[in-house]
Amino acid sequence: MDLKLKVWRQKNSKEKGKIVNYDAKGVSPDMSFLEMLDVVNEELIVKGEDPIAFEHDCREGICGSCNIMINGEAHGPLPGVTTCQLHMRTFKDGDTIYLEPWRAKAFPVLKDLVVDRSAFDRVIQAGGFVSINTGGAPDANALPIPKKDADVAMDAATCIGCGACVASCKNASAMLFVSAKVSHLALLPQGQVEKKERVKNMVNAMDKEGFGNCTNQYECEAACPKDIKRDFIRVLNKEYILS
Amino acid sequence: MSLDSKIPSGPLEKKWDDYKSHIKLVNPANKRKYTIIVIGTGLAGGSASATLAELGYNVKTFCFQDSPRRAHSIAAQGGINAAKNYQNDGDSVYRLFYDTIKGGDFRAREANVYRLAQVSANIIDQCVAQGVPFAREYGGHLDNRSFGGAQVSRTFYAKGQTGQQLLLGAYSSLSRQIGLGNVKMYPRTEMVDLVVIDGHAKGVIIRDLVTGKISVHAGDAVVLASGGYGNVFYLSTNAKGSNVTATFRAYKKGAFFANPCYTQIHPTCIPVSGDHQSKLTLMSESLRNDGRIWVPKKQGDTRNPADIPESERDYYLERKYPSYGNLCPRDIASRSAKEVCDAGFGVGPGGQGVYLDFSSAIQRLGEHTIAERYGNLFQMYEQITGENPYKVPMRIYPAVHYTMGGLWVDYNLMSNLPGLFVIGEANFSDHGANRLGASALMQGLADGYFVLPYTIGNYLAEVGFGKTPSTDHAEFKKAESDVNEQTNKLLSIKGKRTVDSFHKELGKLMWNNCGMARDEKSLKEALTKIPQIRDEFWKNVNVPGSGAELNQSLEKAGRVADFLEFGELLCLDALTREESCGGHFRTEHQMDDGEAKRDDNKFCHATAWEWKGVGAKPTEHREKLEFENIKLATRSYK
Repeated sequence: MDLKLKVWRQKNSKEKGKIVNYDAKGVSPDMSFLEMLDVVNEELIVKGEDPIAFEHDCREGICGSCNIMINGEAHGPLPGVTTCQLHMRTFKDGDTIYLEPWRAKAFPVLKDLVVDRSAFDRVIQAGGFVSINTGGAPDANALPIPKKDADVAMDAATCIGCGACVASCKNASAMLFVSAKVSHLALLPQGQVEKKERVKNMVNAMDKEGFGNCTNQYECEAACPKDIKRDFIRVLNKEYILS
Repeated sequence: MSLDSKIPSGPLEKKWDDYKSHIKLVNPANKRKYTIIVIGTGLAGGSASATLAELGYNVKTFCFQDSPRRAHSIAAQGGINAAKNYQNDGDSVYRLFYDTIKGGDFRAREANVYRLAQVSANIIDQCVAQGVPFAREYGGHLDNRSFGGAQVSRTFYAKGQTGQQLLLGAYSSLSRQIGLGNVKMYPRTEMVDLVVIDGHAKGVIIRDLVTGKISVHAGDAVVLASGGYGNVFYLSTNAKGSNVTATFRAYKKGAFFANPCYTQIHPTCIPVSGDHQSKLTLMSESLRNDGRIWVPKKQGDTRNPADIPESERDYYLERKYPSYGNLCPRDIASRSAKEVCDAGFGVGPGGQGVYLDFSSAIQRLGEHTIAERYGNLFQMYEQITGENPYKVPMRIYPAVHYTMGGLWVDYNLMSNLPGLFVIGEANFSDHGANRLGASALMQGLADGYFVLPYTIGNYLAEVGFGKTPSTDHAEFKKAESDVNEQTNKLLSIKGKRTVDSFHKELGKLMWNNCGMARDEKSLKEALTKIPQIRDEFWKNVNVPGSGAELNQSLEKAGRVADFLEFGELLCLDALTREESCGGHFRTEHQMDDGEAKRDDNKFCHATAWEWKGVGAKPTEHREKLEFENIKLATRSYK
């Protein structure tokens, strides 16, 4: 199939960007969205043009690198998938597709579709951990955890830190991301000791980075490629109030 | 030069404890006077950085991704082994050790593997304490499952995302140390050279992938945790960024590269769908617990799988290996799939696939249980292929997955270059000629949390503090100028072909001539053709843009340049090793029934190669493998 691409091109964080038109011809429905971009880039290089910069690595939907707003939706139209797992059979011959970077003050554009998400790392560095040193940990089965709790903690821990929640929120709020980590650790006995400090420190770090507030519209949940539930935002709010 | 593995004396089960009791220690107050450079933030690099910083060392850590959380360890699905014997099914440190040695086809170093099995139990304790949400039984205790190459259930898992959760555990420990200021983290950077001063590794040259700026970093030791080289085949299950550059450039600075021909082919990947294919996706090996592998008994049978009755299906693994069945090790399962496909029994487009069928498990356990065990994997399969694996069997085919070769290290995980430590997949030490499932995560974390932090202290105590060289040293200047020269050269060629086109050409040649099966003819052909591709690359590659910006083509060009030299080394190693073992199958060396035929008299050694220049034959060194506790036996999974 043949597609028309409208791609955000921006040389670096200082220069202004603009939408540029490209044709993607002979696209196979079995290609992933990124493989379609690979083909377009190969043609651009042969023509002597600068290929479109985009972030990617595992291409299995787990590393969280790939991040493209596709027709205004983070990771494109399908629920529960990352851009690298979006396949071209989702589109129709003749479609026009808009490709833009994540949009948020806390995620400045570095080039084309690549943004700087290091704000997420700094939020984790503020408290998204259990302060246990290596060695000397007690036997793992000395701490039984109800299956139900472990499963819900696992659901929260599944967050891949891609930033789709921020990109799809009109306030660029990081509440879903932060709530996932806070909930993961708050639901487990290991996380109890530091739980009050953790939530305060992470929320403060989130505010400092320039993420906006949550107004409960849950675009984040709709956009999340890992189906992180908005219920965790409730847990975050509860933990914050209790702290 | 002789290779001294520095294996401590004494009985196998006491070596590590005795070693730890007698190594030199660094006074806690002096630890901050040492700087350690770590390359990579996967399970090995992340856990090592966090642990070394906890101990008090100054740590500088580098990764090429935008965040240390994205290292490729995150993609591991199935699980991590540990000799906990929680299932009371007869597991023990010795049994895990034995399974791992046997799985590696008796080509791994006994003492290292025993130590790995010993510390495996601590890893689980450590990860649980960090909050890793492993799967639990209803009683609240940890759940286990079985994996290929073992007859006990010793694999701990977190749904199909075990690598992710373990990595996030290491990342959280690392993040804590970054927050405390004990680790200086440099994301979006790439190590482009190693600096060796007076024979010791003393620093690295780093390229900032956003600004293109080259910087130099001096340290008292360098730790490479940069993963494997499977992307030499272009198509593999590795992340696109995984590369050989850090280890290869260290090799060019004098570190020996050991057993590069040991590449593991994983049996359960989604088959290739077309020329556009950029990478292959693995379906966790854990699927083989409940999925049954089969092909039609009739060649070229294109019927819908549901229409093929039981009596016309060949469950070839269950037939050939009745005791291990679908859980036989990866090299055996992969080769068997190739055999049936080559013989014309393969299914799907092009006949390069076999069925992995869950229908009998769904009948026995119900769809709900299967969904609970493998739900996300099924979803991923459907996303990629457009087929629903609850209704039709998955189609799978082997693909390059893990590389057991790597830089040669001794028992201390130190290369032949003093001060250069190599951990995780980047070293060669623990997996022999084949890696069993759930053992890579184990090695990464064992090295990073529990082995390196001891052994590096021993080295640093010997060297003494206050010896960090100045970055004004001539070796830094030379390495920096070499790096700039290579960058300028790549940018100035302005040829007609893209970097990817060279990578694909090399990859196809490697897969066809040095893939699941190799022989003298195919390897000699590859050794003739690789230098030709390399010559053309340096005359006709087109790298757009400049070196002073975010330039993904330039990043790839540097890595492909390394693969074009490294591929030759891999084929040379495969040609030299005239036997079959694990993931290295020379068709000239097989039993009557097609099983791999080892030659223990001639090849019971690790081969370590010493760089002698581009196109020049490297010097071969051998470390004889001594088996004091295990009798070498023909590997049988029947």
